Amino acid sequence: MSAFTEPMRALTLRLDDELFAIRAESVREILDLVPVTDVPNASPFAAGLINVRGRVVPLANLKVAFGMPEQAADQDTRIVVIETEIEGEPSIVGILADKVYDVTDIEPTAIEDAPRVGMRWRPDYVRGIGKRRGEFIIIPDMQRIFEIEGRTSGSHNAAEERPAS
Amino acid sequence: MNSDPAETFRQEARELLEQLEQGLLDLEHDPADADLVNAVFRALHTIKGSGAMFGFTDVAAFVHEFETAFDKVRKGLSPITPALVAVALDAKDHIHALIEAPEAVGAAGEPILAALRRIVEGSDSFPAAPMTGAPPAADTPLEPTGRWRVRFTLPGDALVHGTNPLLLLGEIADLGPAEVTALLDDVPTLDVIDPEACHLGWQVDIDHADPTAALDDVFLFLKDGMELSIAPLAVAGDPGLDPAAETILDILAEATEAPDGPEAAVAGEAVPVAKAAGAPKEQREPRPEAAASTSLRVPAERLDELMDRVGELVIAQARLSQLATQSSDINLKTVAEELERLSSGLRDTTMGIRMVPIGSIFSRFRRLVHDLSRELDKDIEFITTGEETELDKTMIERLADPLVHLIRNSVDHGLENAEARIRAGKPVKGTVRLSAVYAGAEVAISVTDDGAGLNAERIRRRAEEQGLIAPEARLADQDLYQLIFAPGFSTAREVTSLSGRGVGMDVVKRTIDGLRGKIELSTRPGQGTTLTLRLPLTLAIVEGMLVRVGDGRYSIPLSAVEECVELPAEVATHSRGRNFLDIRGTLVPFLRLRDLFNTPGEPDSHQKVVIISSGEARVGLVVDQIIGNNQTVIKQLSKLHAGLETFSGATILGDGAVALILDTSRLVSFGQAHEERFRAEAGRAAA
Repeated sequence: MSAFTEPMRALTLRLDDELFAIRAESVREILDLVPVTDVPNASPFAAGLINVRGRVVPLANLKVAFGMPEQAADQDTRIVVIETEIEGEPSIVGILADKVYDVTDIEPTAIEDAPRVGMRWRPDYVRGIGKRRGEFIIIPDMQRIFEIEGRTSGSHNAAEERPAS
Repeated sequence: MNSDPAETFRQEARELLEQLEQGLLDLEHDPADADLVNAVFRALHTIKGSGAMFGFTDVAAFVHEFETAFDKVRKGLSPITPALVAVALDAKDHIHALIEAPEAVGAAGEPILAALRRIVEGSDSFPAAPMTGAPPAADTPLEPTGRWRVRFTLPGDALVHGTNPLLLLGEIADLGPAEVTALLDDVPTLDVIDPEACHLGWQVDIDHADPTAALDDVFLFLKDGMELSIAPLAVAGDPGLDPAAETILDILAEATEAPDGPEAAVAGEAVPVAKAAGAPKEQREPRPEAAASTSLRVPAERLDELMDRVGELVIAQARLSQLATQSSDINLKTVAEELERLSSGLRDTTMGIRMVPIGSIFSRFRRLVHDLSRELDKDIEFITTGEETELDKTMIERLADPLVHLIRNSVDHGLENAEARIRAGKPVKGTVRLSAVYAGAEVAISVTDDGAGLNAERIRRRAEEQGLIAPEARLADQDLYQLIFAPGFSTAREVTSLSGRGVGMDVVKRTIDGLRGKIELSTRPGQGTTLTLRLPLTLAIVEGMLVRVGDGRYSIPLSAVEECVELPAEVATHSRGRNFLDIRGTLVPFLRLRDLFNTPGEPDSHQKVVIISSGEARVGLVVDQIIGNNQTVIKQLSKLHAGLETFSGATILGDGAVALILDTSRLVSFGQAHEERFRAEAGRAAA
């Protein structure tokens, strides 16, 4: 059993050799790879900025959160622009995907809670693991990931100002 | 536009209450100004009227009582005293509470009204003698001193807008014995009648000394579009006057120009003084109202949206211009130039819409000072200048709290108490000055007091107690003063309810930093302190200098750039160590942005140094290339990058790429810290 009671409408995408499912309602658009501006001293998780229709949007790399190896972008690489909350503020972020597949419904019965052991990743980053055609699909907890990973970005001289607030 | 009429009323009432408060505060200074009394009265009356209209019956009832009491003042029967103003301000606060959160108010209103009545009644006896001919309060019918004929028809859409003619007639009838006749001439036949339109007119014959001013109030909301004529009905019948074509204003003008009118004939010398003084003013008053009606109320979010759109347009236009310069198509070039001109015009206009005079927040500080003055028992003169100085709306909103802190500090800590001032040979009345002026592309807002000035010794002791500085640390006074901006710092010997809780100056500093502004402090012991906030005119767009470091492009706000120099070859080859430039005899520390940003690759052979300044301090930034100037539409960085202190935002360049905007004031302090560390190391090495 899991926290899911209704079918999840999901966009499936690939990172490294794992399949991920992102809530389809949170997806705003899918872009081909665009020029990325590096942000010096930012954490590797959110090291870039992109221009999405005149908006400056941070580009996040979920591979960093899941400890996956980097690989050079190819013709399958996409940027999925999603809406999520960062520190309670609705935000728009881009996430890198090695390949984007399709939108699909995942039945609640096909979703299991993330196992506490036997997983390579932080368990709190995974809301559940779905199954489709014999394949496992990781359903990441975006809010949680951005909360934790977002905290460590801006590492460089953040320490000297933070405690005041 | 706004779908909730109650919210519209609230908005309007907020403005009226503000006017009311200003009027009351002005009256305290200038109690004899009949103009002000009338302004206060008018504000009250409007709140009452529209409150009743929108179903705020509690408000209307309370204001009615307030108005009744204040009417004595208007009639000159009760003098304006500081006590009266204080109670009236309480009453104003109560109205505000009634409008904003009626359920939370309870029965607080009655004691206020009682106090108000007490003050007004208390002085009721003194003008008893000259009262003989003066009409008492408007709502007690007076001796019939003349008969007037009032004819009016309402605008056709009056009923649609919620006007109830019965209420109007009721109000007129309250003025005195009245005889009402409906005018049915304009009622069309049944087959063409528009049931929603108002086709009726009314004729009211009324006994009154001179109802014009009172009627003016009755028809306050309807003046536009209605037909109204008021004329005296001579007892013997005066055929010379044709009432149809005359408006209130015309009649008033006649009445004041020709004192031998009906008023003089009937009432003689008994015209009350306050009224006589008020009448010509009322005649003047409606004009600003008419001018105001051409302005439009627009929700602030729409302006923000508009600004976003314009920002995007400017970016798109920059891309087009860039394409055009690379193209040989003359038509494309022409269109690109035309578009550049248009979009920059549009940008300026849009920014202009967002500019609000800072006076809109200055006014609320007058109340603050008034209250502080009573609470701390300090006599204070509060002077504001430069109210017309305009700043971006969002900036003004965010400035309100810091300014409250600064003014509180000035009043509470800055100004001495009366004894100390006398001892110091200063006037007992302290002065706090709030001013705003344009200074280049910035606005400087200063809070100045003529108090004791900052006490360097006390700051030092306090800073040592709190461990902010080492006990034997040698600091210049100017550096000591900066400590007041440290978090948790407060020198107030006792914590008052107002300040001294250790929150304040650091919050002020952080807010101002967030607005890309600066705080300057100057103080002279015994003579006072001035705190100056320097702020950019707008948050949305800034002129920038585009530079390249490695593969990255960065924008440096042009207002901070002092000059650009070549990095001397001998300095460039020095890998570390002496990070100073000799700029015309002064040493300027510099930061290699490549080091700061961990840029990979080899630096360019001819590196440039951009010298930026913040306050007194200067620092050089070593870059690979200076690309040129650009218009920068500032985009906030997301929370993911909020921790990065070297960047204040990002912008989109002509080619669509994103560039980061450097936070110059932080870079300068970073450079200064760097310099100190270097000096300390050099000192240790020498020892």
